[in-house]
Formats: sequence, C-alpha cells, structure tokens
Amino acid sequence: MASTAVEVIYRGIFQKTLAGTLVKTLVLAAHREGKIGTAMSRYGDSPERNGIPAKQFAVIADSQDELEESLAKYEPKATDVSICLDDNMCKGIESWSWYGVQPINALVKPGGLLIVTSLRTPDLLLRHIHWRDQPYRIAIVKAEASLGGLWVYRDDHTDMRLLGAVARLAPQVVGLDALVQSLHEKGLADQPYAGDTEGDARAWAPRQAAGQQPIPVGQTKLESMQQAYEAATDRPVAPGEGVEGNRLTFEKPGWKDMRIGVVVDAPKPGVDASIEVFKKWSTRTKRPVVNFDTCIECDLCWLHCPDECFVPTPEGVYDVKYESCCGCGVCEEVCPVDRCIVMVDEIEFTDLESPYQKWKRGEPLVAPASGGGAKYGAAAADGNTGNAEDRG
Amino acid sequence: MAVAKTSKTAANVPQSQEELISGSEAVAQALRLADVDVISAYPIRPYDTVMQYVSKLIADGRLDCEFIVAESEHSQFEIVKHACSVGARAFCGSSGVGWMYAMECLAVTPSLRLPYLAICGNRALDDPGAFGTEHNDAMCVRDLGWMLYWVETAQEALDMTLIGYRAAEDQRLSLPCALCLDGAFLTHSAQIVSVPPQDLVNSYLPRFDLGDRVLHPDNPISIAPQANEDWLMEIRKQMDAAMRRAPEVIREAHGEFHRAFGRQGGSPFIEEYMTDDAETVLVGMGTMASPVRVMVRKLRAQGEKVGFVRVKWFRPFGTDEIRTSLQRFKAVGVVDRDFSLGAADMGGVLYNDVRATMYDAQRRPVISGFIAGLGGREIEEKDVLEMFRRTQQAGADGRGGEVTWIGVRE
Repeated sequence: MASTAVEVIYRGIFQKTLAGTLVKTLVLAAHREGKIGTAMSRYGDSPERNGIPAKQFAVIADSQDELEESLAKYEPKATDVSICLDDNMCKGIESWSWYGVQPINALVKPGGLLIVTSLRTPDLLLRHIHWRDQPYRIAIVKAEASLGGLWVYRDDHTDMRLLGAVARLAPQVVGLDALVQSLHEKGLADQPYAGDTEGDARAWAPRQAAGQQPIPVGQTKLESMQQAYEAATDRPVAPGEGVEGNRLTFEKPGWKDMRIGVVVDAPKPGVDASIEVFKKWSTRTKRPVVNFDTCIECDLCWLHCPDECFVPTPEGVYDVKYESCCGCGVCEEVCPVDRCIVMVDEIEFTDLESPYQKWKRGEPLVAPASGGGAKYGAAAADGNTGNAEDRG
Repeated sequence: MAVAKTSKTAANVPQSQEELISGSEAVAQALRLADVDVISAYPIRPYDTVMQYVSKLIADGRLDCEFIVAESEHSQFEIVKHACSVGARAFCGSSGVGWMYAMECLAVTPSLRLPYLAICGNRALDDPGAFGTEHNDAMCVRDLGWMLYWVETAQEALDMTLIGYRAAEDQRLSLPCALCLDGAFLTHSAQIVSVPPQDLVNSYLPRFDLGDRVLHPDNPISIAPQANEDWLMEIRKQMDAAMRRAPEVIREAHGEFHRAFGRQGGSPFIEEYMTDDAETVLVGMGTMASPVRVMVRKLRAQGEKVGFVRVKWFRPFGTDEIRTSLQRFKAVGVVDRDFSLGAADMGGVLYNDVRATMYDAQRRPVISGFIAGLGGREIEEKDVLEMFRRTQQAGADGRGGEVTWIGVRE
C-alpha cells in the first residue's frame, strides 16, 4: 500500500505540453503496472502566462482509496520526484498561485529526487538552490530548456530522456518496462528524431560545448528513453547543502486587516518610481546587462521599460534595479547601440546588486566561472569586462 | 407635472412642494435634490421615463450632472461603477433583460464596495417579448451584496432615493443599492408627491465621501487586482460583515429621515396593515400591497381577522422584524411576484426566505405560498380573496407547504 507523487515545474505556455506529456505518460505507464493515478495541473496557474512558473502533478497509488486520500489535498504536499524543466528556476519559483518565492526543492521528500534539465553541473546549480534540512538527491538531464509554444511541441526527446531518468532513479513511481510498453501501445516507440527545427548545427553547438551529446537524426523515442535510463546518475545532497537564497514569504492578513473594496496601494508620486510592492524574482529568465562604456545616454531603455527598473545616475547612464525587472527584453530591443544592452541568462548571477555600482568599482558585470556556456551569456560577456574565459 | 401648491400638512417641514408626478419623475426629483454627479442612460422601459425627466431637469438648469448615454446596459453600469470610484455620486437604472445584460458589472460592484444607486424597474425577462412587472430581474442580484428595496408609491420612490444614498454611502456599508419599482403600476402612474426643499435634503444627506479609496492622482491606488484563492474568501467575508451591519445603518437612516421629513417612520423592513388581532395575513412586496389592502378592508368589514405585511427592504432581509411579526399569526400566505422553478416545494423566492426565517421562530405559523401577477398580470381582488381563503384553510388544516399559482388560466 503506497502512493507516489511527481511534480513538474515548468515555464507557463512554453513548456505546458511537455509537462502534460510527462505526467500523463507516467500515470498511463503506472497503470500498466496495475496502479491507478491521476495527472493534474494547478488550477491556480491557469490561465498560464508566458514563462511564468507553473506546476503539473502525477499522483500514482496502489488503490482507489489511497489515490483519493492524495487527491483530497489541493496538491501533493510532498513529492518522490520533482522535475524542473528550466534551470533558471533553481533560484526559487514564484507563480500565480502563491506569494513569495518557493524553493525548487520545497516538496521533495527525504531521500527524494530533484531532476533538472540543464547544461550545468549539480555543483553549479547548488549555488542557487535553497538548502533543505533533509537529505535528497539531484540528477541532471543534460539539455537546455526545451521551449515550445501553446500549440507547438518541440519534439526534441526531452520528454523521453526525463522519463528514462525517472524509471532508473525512482523506480517506485514507474519501471522502464511499463514505460516501454506504454510507448509501444501509443505507437510512439519507433518515432524517429526528425532534427531540430532551428537547424541542427546551430542548435547543437552550445549544447555540445556543455557536454550534451547530439541526438542522431533517426534515433527513435524508445532509444532516447533507454539511453537516458542507462546514463542516469544522481548526486546525494546533504542536509544544509545549498544556499540561503531568497525565501521571500508573506504574512497574509485577515479580513479585518485588509482594505475594503479590493484596493491596494500604488506607488506615490515623487517616490522611487520602481514598484516596491511588485518585485520580480524567478519570473525572470534573463536580465539586461548594460555596457555603460558604450552607452550613449539616449534614455530609450528608461522610456520603454514597463517595470521602471532603469534609474538615472549622475553620469547620465541608467542603473538597473533588477528586483523590479521581469526580464522582458524590451530594453535590449530598443537600445540603438550594438551589444550595449544584452539579455543574459539569470542563472549566471547570484545577486541583485546594482550594476552601476559594480561598474564604478571596476568589477565585471557577469560573474566569472558560472560555468554556463549559454549563448547569450557568452555574447554579453564579450561586451563587458573580459570574463569569458571560464565559460563552457 | 406642474407645481400644485405649498404643503400645509406638515408645519414643521417648510417649503415642501406637492406635485402630481409618477414614480419615475419622483426618482428624478430626488436625484436633483441629492445633487447627483453622474447618471448613465440606455433606453429601456420603464427607465426611459426617468431618463426623460432627468434630461429635462438638466435642460432646465435645475440639475448639474454628467448625463452619459451609453451604447448598452453593460457600459451603462460600468460607467457609474467607475464614476463612483472617483468619488462621484452616481445613478443608473434598467430593467428586465437590460438589467441582465449588465449582470457582469452588477456582480462585481459590491466587491468593489462602490455605493451607487440604481433602479430596477421590475420587468419580465424576454423571450417572449414582455414588458409587464415580474421581480426575477432584481432577484438575480439578491445574493451578491446589493441592497434591495421594493417601493410601493411614488412618494416612497422619492424618499427611498434619498434614504438609499444615505445608507449605501455610509462608510460602514459602502454597498450598491437598487430600488425595485414595479414596471407600469408605479413608474407610469402619477400620484401626489411631497417634494422637500433643498436645504432640508442637504442637512439630511452628507456629501459622498469614499475616503482613502477615492481614485485620484493624489491618492494613487489600484482597484481590483487579480485575487486568487488566498484572498477572495476574505473579500467575501468583508462584504458579509458589511451586510450584517446594514440593518443597523438602515434603521439609523430611516430614523433620521423621519425626524427631518416626518415620513418613513416605523420599521424600515416591514409595514403591517390591520394586523393587531389578525389570525391570517398575506405577505408580499411592491405594488400588490394596494389590492391586498382593499380586500383586507372588505374582509374586515365582514368580521374576518385578516391583515397584510408588506416587506420593504428585501436585502438585507428583515429577519428579526419578520420573525417577530409573523409568529403572532396562525396562518401566513406569501405572495411572490417571481418564480424560482425547482426550488423547495416549488415555491417563490420570498416564500422560501420567509419559511427559513420562521424555522427558528418561537411559534411557527402555517405558511402557504402563492405565485401571482407574473408578467404584469393584474392581481385582482378575487385573486387576493382566493389567496386568503387558501391560507385560512391551510391554517385550519394545520398543513402548509403548498404553493399555488393564482390567476393562471387552466
């Protein structure tokens, strides 16, 4: 008698279909093993917004009664496996569904498993992941975040590779045989990899640089899953390992303390224009890095930024208030100077410090040794104080 | 109609004018006295008559307000909601399917605690095309935080417009309020109405003040952001708390009005007629009171102990008053000018509210239900007589719970 739970944490819209495929396949395959389960998305995440972290769950039980016990909760309170589909969210996740920042590993049971699709190593990710007071395991499926659209599925076998890793590292959820049987029944097992839509050479270059082996065109889904099964390894994470990070939490007021009429304060005129009460944390996948040396002080970034993060300085350039930035990239688009504002992967950073202050002190704006190799990170670094040597 | 003469009936109420006006015009006169800032309009019977009178008041220079003609009822009710949020005293009205088309706006206004006044000229819901009175349109907002009052006379329409603003705008409530007027019977017939002087109204009705919730560049706030399951129940509880305070605020508003104008004394929630020694009473709302009272007098003349209880405020429901009143009687017949198909015992809305109220009474009367006067059908004396007879019979049998449609062709 037992039940298991898997959560998939993903970028809204872009990875919705991928997350759905994962939880549904797990439930169906577990059914082949005589278990019963349900796949669900969080009602609070709906309707999803582009890129906003969201969750889907698979709950699998030995009996209908046990399943109902799990479903009586709004969502599972503890997971055997948590799958993170974009390593940027290792900094913690904030969604429509709750207030504050939730650690990526918040629900992982003692001894449970956190799987991240990433081109980085577990050690590097643990520089961003909150510590837990219990042991758990982390596993990497070497892949950059697989981003599709609401109607477009990026069939790059990320789904198959993750399923293989689950079967190997958390067989109590579902075994490989059941997954294989399920793939055959759905007619997917022999479906060949058709190549990346972006053009293989260009798409694979940064991934290969980070150690991901290319998937040969023609490789079947079954082969991708079996390969991932064979290759899967995990790394134990000790209690306390990780970072303090941002554990932003809120006290929710009672009805007597709330203002009536669904009224909330807006920024007062004359005070700092950036929105103190609407800070952004992991909603951002990239942040703008400004090359202050080439800035021509045209004010366009300041003018166009929807979050009012650009702050005037005595020199005329604009400092960036990252706490208020949603990472939309409008500033990069409107900046007329080549590579003056470049959007860089959020995971390259471990702080929210003022880039203007760093520049005044002569420090690099992108920290060295982040180990990324991400294309944007490398490009941005070129335009700043030389710090690209540790990349890749 | 023209000004008739200076009132001599109330020496302590100087300069009141008696005018022969309809319920619609009485509302318009009250809007002038309340110095309303924004009125939105979209023509529908019977609100169009209010629009006409208001337009004339503006054209004559007697009322200074923004009169906005919307392209639909939905916009009409959005306009006053937003006008109210910037601190304007606002007014709006519709009926029947027009009211239903505005339902989205009607539904959200109580949460936002924006206290504008509206009239719902009760009218049957199309299809089929029908203009006669039926209470179902207003009943559709009865659970949502709207305060609802059923008006009987043109004088009451004028008085209740002023009382409605005073109660609704009270900071303890800040809830929207609708005056329900039976289409045709009230809105299209002229009665002698005492129109009070401006200075007296000014002393009764304070300026509208939203306090720190007023939307203004000097007071930057955001109204109605996204609220998920972490917040909505608290918002609803705030509305519930306001509605729980409403009876007390309403009693104050009526009491002050009575002191200032000499009218609207007694209970704000019910009006009893010939009930002192009554054994059998009918209960109802709106203009049906008139034919019922006529029949009460006729039966009284024959020595029968009958009476009538008119329900005035419907939301908040006068639970205490109604319970205290009705437990004195042997048999009660509740007349609904609405239908609630499939409800408990297939009864009307008022019937089941009254039954729920009486469940915890010290003494429960036998309660019968009637559906009558739908679609504007006249409730005639013979219909009232039939309802009294059925109610008396149920009392004699000691068995209630029967709901009868009255005046419907077999």
